[in-house]
Amino acid sequence: MYKIVEREEMAQGTVVRNVIEAPKVARKAQPGQFVILKANETGERIPLTMADTDPEHGTITVIYQVVGKSTALFKTLQVGDGFQDLLGPLGRPTHVEKYDGLVIIVGGGTGTAVVHPITKAFKAAGNRVVGIIGSRTKDLLILEKEMTAASSELRVCTDDGSYGHHGFVTDVLKQYLEGGQKVSLVVAAGPVPMMKFVSKMTKEYGVKTLVSLNSIMIDGTGMCGGCRVSISGKNRFTCVEGPEFDGHEVDFDQLTQRLGAYRDMEKTAMEKFEHDCKIGLKS
Amino acid sequence: MAEKKEKIPRQPMPEQAPEKRRANFEEVPLGYTAEAARLEASRCLQCKKPSCVSGCPVEIDIPGFIESIREGDFSAAISKLKEKTALPAVCGRVCPQEVQCEAECLLGRKDDPVAIGRLERFAADSARERGDKSRPAIAAKTGKSVAIVGSGPSGVTVAGDLILKGHDVTIYEAFHKPGGVLVYGIPEFRLPKRIVQEEMDALAELGVKFQTNAVIGRTEAVDELLERHDAVFIGVGAGLPSFMSIPGENLIGIYSANEYLTRSNLMKAYLFPVYDTPIVIGKNVAVIGAGNVAMDSARTALRLGADKVRIVYRRSREEMPARAEEIHHGEQEGVEIHLLTNPVRFIGDEKGRVKAMECIKMELGEPDESGRRRPVPIKDSNFIMETDLVVIAVGAGANPLITSTTAGLATNKWGYILTEERTGKTKKPRVWAGGDIVTGQATVILAMGAGRQAANSIHNFLTWGW
Repeated sequence: MYKIVEREEMAQGTVVRNVIEAPKVARKAQPGQFVILKANETGERIPLTMADTDPEHGTITVIYQVVGKSTALFKTLQVGDGFQDLLGPLGRPTHVEKYDGLVIIVGGGTGTAVVHPITKAFKAAGNRVVGIIGSRTKDLLILEKEMTAASSELRVCTDDGSYGHHGFVTDVLKQYLEGGQKVSLVVAAGPVPMMKFVSKMTKEYGVKTLVSLNSIMIDGTGMCGGCRVSISGKNRFTCVEGPEFDGHEVDFDQLTQRLGAYRDMEKTAMEKFEHDCKIGLKS
Repeated sequence: MAEKKEKIPRQPMPEQAPEKRRANFEEVPLGYTAEAARLEASRCLQCKKPSCVSGCPVEIDIPGFIESIREGDFSAAISKLKEKTALPAVCGRVCPQEVQCEAECLLGRKDDPVAIGRLERFAADSARERGDKSRPAIAAKTGKSVAIVGSGPSGVTVAGDLILKGHDVTIYEAFHKPGGVLVYGIPEFRLPKRIVQEEMDALAELGVKFQTNAVIGRTEAVDELLERHDAVFIGVGAGLPSFMSIPGENLIGIYSANEYLTRSNLMKAYLFPVYDTPIVIGKNVAVIGAGNVAMDSARTALRLGADKVRIVYRRSREEMPARAEEIHHGEQEGVEIHLLTNPVRFIGDEKGRVKAMECIKMELGEPDESGRRRPVPIKDSNFIMETDLVVIAVGAGANPLITSTTAGLATNKWGYILTEERTGKTKKPRVWAGGDIVTGQATVILAMGAGRQAANSIHNFLTWGW
């Protein structure tokens, strides 16, 4: 059992942070890598990027949004409870190097948790790192303090203007792309439309862009092909060659479609879970 | 005067009826009764030079265990089996005996061969039902330690052999449950997972340690294992799904067989929503390929609620690689076989879900590298086949996770690990390999045979240093 040692609810309970004991994974993990978690015997295997790692204490941090049965089930786990299975570190670590120009790191929603370790790594490599994080509204913004510490400078956006810039992360990104300072790299993680529009924008300015993809996965080790994405027309597996790819090469529309593969079954599972919870049945 | 022995026919195997079994995940062959088993065992000629043994990749003493069954000493039968196989309940179910031991059976020359596989299954099942935990004696502890990467058939065979020889054994498995293809690849109705778990538990009782959720190549490197173990065996299988690289292959409802079967078998998607993992339910299913994996996929799709399931194969019936028994069971259950047909592209609806497949008819030309006649498309023979679920079962190659993260392991151009014949030694010191990662996709029993050879070689190395 992989025990939860710290737990925090964020963004009005829609996002949960778990610090989990996993010493072997914590020792090996590098920024950009993820783990696969399974709550119990009947649970799904789902991938979550590590938002942080503490090799000294042997823990990793995951931050997830509650979007369906599995994440709703995870949310019921308290400190002292644990995940039956945890596997990692998976995926290729982010390639980090020192660039001449700015490194702009964009996080949307829980994508901010994904880019947090990457931001730290680029700054540690001597880059000037601009963080741009966004959410729909102020209460749903996460990791502002952490991202302020991790970046050289941080810009915040909310769709409804309740905090920071009123608008999308791409508005702020554009300011930097037009700003006159050289931008060497953009890294983005968040909802697929956000990554798609960030990539579209940076392509016009010829700026290299990495995106961290959130494909549906089963094993996470490259044996099933469920997480396959089309990169410049060729199939690649998100779990072994990703999760990061060149944003200008990703077929985002196909990814969006494939992410909808189980809409109906997800609805069924959530309805059953809510019903079982109501009548006190364990799931 | 000696009485002429009345000829006893090969005892039939009771089976679930096709109409009933195509809607459940229970086993199809139900197993012999004790009476049938003893009767079948009495057919064995007890040859002085048993050719059946040479047909067995792990050289089970076949006449030996059969004689014990004939005598009614079922305990002795399972003991004999366990001397040579770590997985008797598994092999009795999934081995292609018809091309191995039974193909060599002397009785088979003039009559039906002895039903060796069914007898092996009987011995294993009756031992389980009796709670028979007898096991061979374990040699004195040697103080040597072995790491086994992968808990599939080759890995557990190495584990079973070396633990009996007194070595310390740890199996590292990437998945959350051990068994490899036995648990993710072969369906519940051919090999109940409870049986696989019991075989694993039996190994654990012998002292084999299991570490699940351990991806060697990511969580730890092979070189790290070599720091705390005296030898490493790599039995990770051929876990890289092959796709056809034709247009539309990424539409929703198109799976590799590995994914389809892993969802159904390991994650038990057939029990959704009690089990959380979903799977696309197709009413009109096409499975591309005609090996055992394709048959497993087809028969799984039937049980998940399909009205129509088709095997689509580019060659002819003679070239179909699947076991005759699996094809037979599949066809009884209603699987249709469409031969000399190959998909060209997949067609989707506005939501990105597959709704049809454009196919082309094939004819057979000259043999290719595999020795089978090469299929050649017939010009302008294209037609549309409606389908809402496609499973691509055209093979699997070498997953590069271990080979790309381990220095000194030599591979061939397809990524399979090169090993010394008969010992399984790789080019890397103290590292052995066997099973599909060496040979490419094959069978459970061949992987076990490779495990047997590697175990012998590892034991020699640990004992004598070479």
